[in-house]
Amino acid sequence: MTPTRVAFAAILGKDLRTELRTMRSLPAMVLFAVTTFIIFRYGLDRTTLSGSLAGGVLWTTLLFAAILGINRIFVSEQEEGGFDSIRLAPIDRTALYLAKAAVLFIYLCVLELIVVPTFAVFFLQDWAGLVPMLLILVGVNLGFSVLGTLISSMAVNSRARDLLVPLLLLPLVVPLMIAATSASAPLLDAAGPSYDRFGTWLLVLGLYDGVFCLVGYAVFEFLLED
Amino acid sequence: MDADPSGTRQEPSRAIQLRGLGRDYGDRPALDGLDLDLAEGRSLAVLGPNGSGKSTLLRILAALLRPTRGEVRVLGCDLPRNSWKLRGQIGYLGHEPLLYRDLSGRENLELQAKLYGVPPADASERIEHDLELLEMGRRADRRVSEYSAGMRQRIAICRAVLHRPGLLLLDEPDSNLDPAGRELAAQLIGPATGLTRVLVSHEPERARAESDLVLSLNHGGRIEALV
Repeated sequence: MTPTRVAFAAILGKDLRTELRTMRSLPAMVLFAVTTFIIFRYGLDRTTLSGSLAGGVLWTTLLFAAILGINRIFVSEQEEGGFDSIRLAPIDRTALYLAKAAVLFIYLCVLELIVVPTFAVFFLQDWAGLVPMLLILVGVNLGFSVLGTLISSMAVNSRARDLLVPLLLLPLVVPLMIAATSASAPLLDAAGPSYDRFGTWLLVLGLYDGVFCLVGYAVFEFLLED
Repeated sequence: MDADPSGTRQEPSRAIQLRGLGRDYGDRPALDGLDLDLAEGRSLAVLGPNGSGKSTLLRILAALLRPTRGEVRVLGCDLPRNSWKLRGQIGYLGHEPLLYRDLSGRENLELQAKLYGVPPADASERIEHDLELLEMGRRADRRVSEYSAGMRQRIAICRAVLHRPGLLLLDEPDSNLDPAGRELAAQLIGPATGLTRVLVSHEPERARAESDLVLSLNHGGRIEALV
């Protein structure tokens, strides 16, 4: 058997190289998020947002931008025979799951690198809360990655893939979104950041990520069966 | 009684053993009641009209598809129970080339080598050798999406044998190849390689000439002739 870390690195490298060449996912995610901020800005007719409203706008936008990436994460495997390649190779199939989750995590980090400062320029008066927000972003990205990869692998062989991913994903990310908005609302307060129950919500994020990481690791092998 | 309860390597001289193999798609049988033995180092040609289950048989032998009924043993591994032991021992060339379109031919082969755990030094040597053999060396750095169907097939053949498998499962390997390409490909996947081969073909004369055993399937996936 090929060591899992070797297979993981090979698949991760292949996906990142392909994205750098084709730019099929990331630009669309960024464009979607920035456009959504513009719509919110004029739709709400507000130049500043604060507290839970600011958190709601940010996380809703990031969630739907993430869905664009999640929808495409297994497309090359499905359309170009990558699933068969993986199933024929002497590797632990969870290497594919871990690599795809890592790819999605990297996509989300790059997305947020552009989109969160844009959000701050559009809506925030006080940027001090953005530093502790990094912890929440990492926690949410991990949750989106492990769950999104799992859902995408289940939906990819369906002709209704684009419909199935949000239908399956959205109910399952409700706890993640509640934790993210609750943790970030005090940080985005116009009066300056506060850390009310910040640790508790981070713990909830961590538990959520841990549970779905284990679920994905446990069931992914079976999802690749015929 | 099996001497080895794990079900592996009990009869190493037989590369493939099928007993009552069947596979259904819904209510429709694609394969039904297949019994077959193929010794190591021999070639089997599978013939039959479209829809007779030839590709299904190949996918079952590659552990890509589960049989609905019957016993399947490939290279001493009972399928599907021990399919994980078979991974990496098969060279599979199906209808799809299993190549990523946005990578070059060489990058696809390098990825394949990593997934199969081929040591890097061996991998680059084999890749260069096989590419040169199929006259793809100069074109290997172009993206697969820019290749013609024949060029894709040549790279797919390199991919199928890169890890030096013990069993070749070939589904119409000559498709899209010109006569020169066929001759070149024969050096890697032809009968002269001495490898155990299962070859699905629509060219009965050629398949018979290159094989030790010919299995003809009819509609419904039943054996019409085994000679």
